[in-house]
Amino acid sequence: MSKRLSWFIILVLILGYFFLYGPIVSLIFFSFNASKLVTVWGGFSTKWYGELIGDDQVITAFLLSLRIALISSTIATILGTIAGYVLARFGLFRGRTVLSGMVTAPLVMPEVITGLSMLLLFVQMQQLFGWPTRGSLTITIAHITFTMSYIAVVMQSRFSTLDISLVEAAQDLGARPLKVFFVITLPIVAPAIVSGFLLGFTISIDDLVITSFTSGPGANTLPMVIFSKVRLGLNPEINALASLIIAVVATGVVASTIYMAQAEKRRQRDMQMAVQANE
Amino acid sequence: MAAETPAHYHTNTPWNEPGAEPYIRVENVTKKFGDFVAVNDVSLNVYRGELFSLLGGSGCGKTTLLRMLAGFEEPTSGKIYIDGVDMAGIPPYARPTNMMFQSYALFPHMTVEANVSFGLKQDKVPSAEINNRVRQILDMVQLTQFAKRKPHQLSGGQRQRVALARALVKAPKLLLLDEPLGALDKKLREATQFEIMNIQDKLGITFMVVTHDQEEAMTLSTRIGVMNQGQIVQIGTPQEIYEYPNTKQVADFIGSVNLFEGRIVEDESDHVLIDSPEAGGRIYVDHGISSAPGAKVWAALRPEKIQLVKGDRGEPYNCIKGTVKGIAYMGNLSVYLIALDSGKEVKVTMPNQVRAAEQMIGWDDRVTLTWHANSPVILLS
Repeated sequence: MSKRLSWFIILVLILGYFFLYGPIVSLIFFSFNASKLVTVWGGFSTKWYGELIGDDQVITAFLLSLRIALISSTIATILGTIAGYVLARFGLFRGRTVLSGMVTAPLVMPEVITGLSMLLLFVQMQQLFGWPTRGSLTITIAHITFTMSYIAVVMQSRFSTLDISLVEAAQDLGARPLKVFFVITLPIVAPAIVSGFLLGFTISIDDLVITSFTSGPGANTLPMVIFSKVRLGLNPEINALASLIIAVVATGVVASTIYMAQAEKRRQRDMQMAVQANE
Repeated sequence: MAAETPAHYHTNTPWNEPGAEPYIRVENVTKKFGDFVAVNDVSLNVYRGELFSLLGGSGCGKTTLLRMLAGFEEPTSGKIYIDGVDMAGIPPYARPTNMMFQSYALFPHMTVEANVSFGLKQDKVPSAEINNRVRQILDMVQLTQFAKRKPHQLSGGQRQRVALARALVKAPKLLLLDEPLGALDKKLREATQFEIMNIQDKLGITFMVVTHDQEEAMTLSTRIGVMNQGQIVQIGTPQEIYEYPNTKQVADFIGSVNLFEGRIVEDESDHVLIDSPEAGGRIYVDHGISSAPGAKVWAALRPEKIQLVKGDRGEPYNCIKGTVKGIAYMGNLSVYLIALDSGKEVKVTMPNQVRAAEQMIGWDDRVTLTWHANSPVILLS
């Protein structure tokens, strides 16, 4: 193969990177803009970062989002794991098709419909029982409902690829089914549970549509605050906020890549050791 | 690792003793999955200290039978007794059996030590005793230096020994092995075969092995049960199964065999004479069978029981003629493919006793095939 890249390939490469990263780069760039106008460069400044830290509304919204994401993805992970286990392991019990459909429905349902139906449910419930009051509680419940579907799908596929003979071996050695689940099955699928939790967390923290429907007075999550600020006109403060989020995400991605590369190296070294020991 | 064949295999034959109490009794067990009959009315007695093999092709029901003994499947009908106790309704974790899985099923998140001690911990054995027994068993399978490794840090042979150690450490009444040597290469298989026989001899545990490999079954077992389509077609010592198969199918499955179709001409108490146009002559067998004259039978003749002589010889019985159509040189022996004058092809194996025989048999040579009168086995089906 020729080592020289043709001009076409280079062009495609540049265009591709531009489409992917251009908006992000410009967003970060303008977060250091001294001018109040987002699109007009007025010199370098970090004042928007300072204003961001002083902006109580943003900080409160961020903490609320974090709290809702943590609580809802924790509960959704527990429920989703149970649902995934039941769907993968309990065979063709009565109502399996219904459960499977119900669990995965929020995946394909338009968010507007999910949000609207939740809102109607909460309004009805409040009228009938006086509970729940719309606010962070209803947002959390709504997030549990729809992040659970994603987690259930992840866990179902993990459980169905789990070698059944591991479970049988543990039983054969004298462990009762419940103990087998906690001592053998759960530790083996733990990585999938962690990735399910992270998936739920990211979906929950950046959701806007369902959150807006199910929110009540005073409960504004970060995406809601950003959206309302943008409607009032763009502001470099939002750029600063977005830049911070990008920095956190990028750090996380780089760290996990390095960790995975090291784990892979360690695994290969172990394999080599095993082969050598056998000789 | 390799060891001598334990001597008791030829002396300990409880199945021939009239008063002996079977240790494992399988009585008329049937297992159906929907309409499919996996195990069909199987009855079986296994005695204490035996190494019993269930031999058969894939889908013959041998693994299902093993899983019913372990408790992973319940029989649709019939009873299983282990040491006199009815196993109906007893879950796997409460049975006095342990199983070594075909895939080994080692717990990937636990070290070798933790894998092996898992079973003892479930029984709430004191930890000092656990350490002791785990150390002993790891010593026996020569894995002491790998105690802290995880399964993915071991080679195939090492994993297999961990699986064996994990099943053995609880000293079960019955050890079930599902294709124990399936994943090993030939050298390791041979070493492990002797290892298993040695351990079995040392601990006196009753073994039940499922395998599709007849060589494995022949070397390991005190007795073999040959299975086909959910039924046991023959039970016997390896020698009995090989020398006296009871059907064409068993004869064909164990080793290779030449089958000659024919009709009975004479059936006396001391001999049988069969006329077989397929063999191109008459077959004389020096023991009687009781069957109707003129009945259709098959004479089964193992390739190594036939002698090849160059040229045409004339004998009234047990002497057929053909042409050499192929020779496969295997080192210690050669396999000859002979086309009889009737058109049937016959396989003959002869040891290569001298380096280059004077009277070497070559391709397209005319040869005469002879055998001893007690060599053929007469099969009615």
